[in-house]
Amino acid sequence: MTKLIDSAGLRLDGRKLNELRPIKIDVGILKNADGSAYIEMGKNKIIAAVYGPKEVHPRHLVRPDRAIVKCRYHMASFSTDTRKNPAPSRRETEISKIIRQSLEPALILEDYPRTAIHIWVEVLQSDGGSRCAGVTAASLALADAGINMRDIVASCAAGKVDGKIVLDLDNIEDMEGETDMPVALMPNIGQVTLFQMDGIMSPAEFKEAFELALSGCRELYQLQKQALFKKYFGTDKPQVREGE
Amino acid sequence: MSEIKRKYVIPGELIAQGSYGIRGNMLKVGDKIYATRIGMAEVSSDTIKLISLNGSYMPRLDDIVVGKVVNFNAFGWQVDIESWFPAFLPAANVMGRDYSSARDSLASQLVIGDQLLAAIAAYDRTRDPLLSISGPGLGKIAEGDTIKVSASKVPRIIGKKGAMINAIESGSGCRLSIGQNGIIVMIGNRDSVSKATSAIKLIEAEAHSPGLTQKVQDILSSGARSS
Repeated sequence: MTKLIDSAGLRLDGRKLNELRPIKIDVGILKNADGSAYIEMGKNKIIAAVYGPKEVHPRHLVRPDRAIVKCRYHMASFSTDTRKNPAPSRRETEISKIIRQSLEPALILEDYPRTAIHIWVEVLQSDGGSRCAGVTAASLALADAGINMRDIVASCAAGKVDGKIVLDLDNIEDMEGETDMPVALMPNIGQVTLFQMDGIMSPAEFKEAFELALSGCRELYQLQKQALFKKYFGTDKPQVREGE
Repeated sequence: MSEIKRKYVIPGELIAQGSYGIRGNMLKVGDKIYATRIGMAEVSSDTIKLISLNGSYMPRLDDIVVGKVVNFNAFGWQVDIESWFPAFLPAANVMGRDYSSARDSLASQLVIGDQLLAAIAAYDRTRDPLLSISGPGLGKIAEGDTIKVSASKVPRIIGKKGAMINAIESGSGCRLSIGQNGIIVMIGNRDSVSKATSAIKLIEAEAHSPGLTQKVQDILSSGARSS
């Protein structure tokens, strides 16, 4: 088995235990989508697009009092080491549902009765934690589409690797490590919208990992905020203008 | 009036705390007021207004919109108003109360592809919006060019008490009808239309930058030669 954490306490890619991978976020990259975002989280490269609110098809899915959300997570056939069959797999169907459910609490769906909001998450290149990166990008795409939201959703994983609690697992750590735990957070409201865990941790380890995941989400939220400010206000920093 | 504080916000951000009246795109939890859109919040002593910078057109009663006829049936026309649903223009509104589908032909008034200026006569979110063309200036658009902008930019194109639209009209010599849904009809000769187009595109690109009216006047007085 590969050694995932060296004697100096650094991980395979040289990160500290509580460090996120390098992240790059762009908002509004697709011309034809109502809202879009691109995220690079380590080796993950993901595009999220939002279309809508628009008419619901098939018609019987219409809810008279609220919008419905449809989400599709898909990995491009060239996104993995060996070619992936582009047909949706069991795993992708599950992640589509997970992404939808972690974004729905942030959306004010009652403002858009009888409509559908479509979210497309396309993974161009995958590394571990693509569902988290997908949620992070998709919530920016929703904000970019001008859909009323209670909060932005930020998502990142924590877990246990070589007996240590680490933040933001990549693919090797996910496969060879002990535990992976993706979490999504609405940072201003302080509510968790996604929580999964595969593997085993003691209650104390769980508590530590959960806190670490939340701090990672808050760190990500600052980057999301910067990306939105850059697109809409041409500045990285929040600012207050007085007068007039 | 007292001082207005402006603040750029994104969804979920706390705008202010206290008892304020709120106008649109905000959420009140206890005495905390959160933004639900990307936009500019204007906080005065007792009210908060959030001007959103994106999003598609949400129909509102009495809005004037520009639409395109996409279909028709025995009772009226279906009109695309660039919103989530096609709007409906009842035939009785165009032909009068005694309209009869057996006697009258809808095609004599409007055919598929026609553009029209109409008012939203009814809309309550549970049904598709109803249109009306009875009113001054409303009806089929016989001439002119159209340009589409984001519906959230329409207030900037009109400007404070119509300052911006007046500047464009007098600067370009082109007559404008602005639909709240973001479609603008320009009537004038080719030169004036291209001038107005470049002014509108500038407003759309720089909607949130200060001193916009001046920039627009500059582009109009320098002439459309550069574009």
